[in-house]
Amino acid sequence: MFELIKRPILTFQGFVLLSVRALRGIFQKPYYWDDLFLQMDSLGIGSLPVVILTGFFAGCIMALQMARALQTYGATSQVGQLVAITLVREMGPVLTALMVAGRNASGMASELGSMKVTEQIDAMRALGTDPILKLVKPRLIATAILLPLLTILADFIGMIGGWMVSCVMLSLTTSAHYWNTAWRILEYNDLAQGLIKPFVFAIVIALVGCFYGMEAKGGTQGVGLATTRAVVVASVWIVVLTFIIGRVFVSL
Amino acid sequence: MPDAQTPQLAFHNVSFAFDETPVLRNVSFELSSGETLIVLGAAGSGKTVLLKTALGLLRPTQGRVVLFGADVTAGSEREWFDIRSRIGVLFQEGGLFDSLDVADNVAYPLRNQPLRQCPEEQVLPKVEESLKFVDLGHTLDKYPSELSGGMRRRVGIARAIVTQPELMLYDSPTAGLDPITANIIVALITKGRDVRNATTVMVTHRFQDGEILAGFRYDTAAGGLGLTPDHRGDTQTRFLVLREGEMVFLGTQAELEASQDSYVSKFVPHT
Repeated sequence: MFELIKRPILTFQGFVLLSVRALRGIFQKPYYWDDLFLQMDSLGIGSLPVVILTGFFAGCIMALQMARALQTYGATSQVGQLVAITLVREMGPVLTALMVAGRNASGMASELGSMKVTEQIDAMRALGTDPILKLVKPRLIATAILLPLLTILADFIGMIGGWMVSCVMLSLTTSAHYWNTAWRILEYNDLAQGLIKPFVFAIVIALVGCFYGMEAKGGTQGVGLATTRAVVVASVWIVVLTFIIGRVFVSL
Repeated sequence: MPDAQTPQLAFHNVSFAFDETPVLRNVSFELSSGETLIVLGAAGSGKTVLLKTALGLLRPTQGRVVLFGADVTAGSEREWFDIRSRIGVLFQEGGLFDSLDVADNVAYPLRNQPLRQCPEEQVLPKVEESLKFVDLGHTLDKYPSELSGGMRRRVGIARAIVTQPELMLYDSPTAGLDPITANIIVALITKGRDVRNATTVMVTHRFQDGEILAGFRYDTAAGGLGLTPDHRGDTQTRFLVLREGEMVFLGTQAELEASQDSYVSKFVPHT
């Protein structure tokens, strides 16, 4: 019984240790600015196409599905509100985070995993560099800055998608009414929720991706396993945290 | 303040275990300035772990590691960064950063080791000098993936010696190489040792590698290796043999060749 739970406990302990060192490292010198900008470019610019496409079609689907339900009650003019609330509160942060987890947590795990199994991380430590500060910190900061920005973009593009379906395709309401209701329904609580979520998800994505990369062992097979685990664990945590953060905001 | 007689590297009853599995058991030795230690052992005998423990990359579960006269066993990672600035290391596969070109790989310790503080204008000349030492002066802008296995090891040696460290650690430098390239690498290690009188630890499974280090010296005037007068004595070389993490032999080449231990004698080719 003890053997069964020993490995998950050790893994969690390793994750907590790495997280503490990485978060403390944010305030420690040196800062590797080149690595930070490289990561921001890879994560921010590199994720734009997938985030735009996902956001756009999420908005389209929302409007399409809501149209039928709203027609039943003769409330099709409210489609803008529904698209805006759902996107800003839940769909935007979660879908963007899942896309970035799939793209970047896997990238971090495979990159760091390859470095680990080819002794590059040991070499880094032997040559005077703390891998936490050089490898984990730039990825953590880049993700924490860019995921909220990508989420804002996905929310906006999603609303455009919703507008196209509801106003251009199905003529459910006028453009002015759509944008007016979408704008008016959003409260500070929604915006806070919509920005805190991606910030928390970003920390989880970066730390999980880096942790599984740094723990990789056993050659290329180990790197593949680390990559898979990073994506699965990060995705599950995103869904779990969505519920927890949502619950906190509902009770506020 | 450590004097000339203070061992540069000493293990006192060092043990290490992964989870519950022991990998090193009560290993003890001392290595003074200018001495060479050849660590022999079969795959999985704990050779690489011994080297990583000496570098502080792995912390011993028991015992003490003393480097340059100071007990560093329980040192923090930051303290280890200062100590590692005095040690050059070649990893088994070279350990080169594949996203950096050869020049940046060799320059890495000059730019990052806390005790170095090398001015940027001095970095390139030192890198070129170090690469020239291993006969790879023309590879500055190449990436590790463009180099052969032997060239990667040579770049690894160039990176290890670029800071002129007092202690050199080599992890299986000839593993997976053809005999000709392997001899070139060992000749470079001998050259690196004798030009700067560096204390050297080499982990290997090939007795021939140790034989070269024990029996030859680099002749600066002739520009090549030459036999030592008595063919083995004056290089201050000792051999350490590991079996499943246990130190089963520590002594000179003559003692190794005369050993009656069935495991130890397997490493010595009998003609």
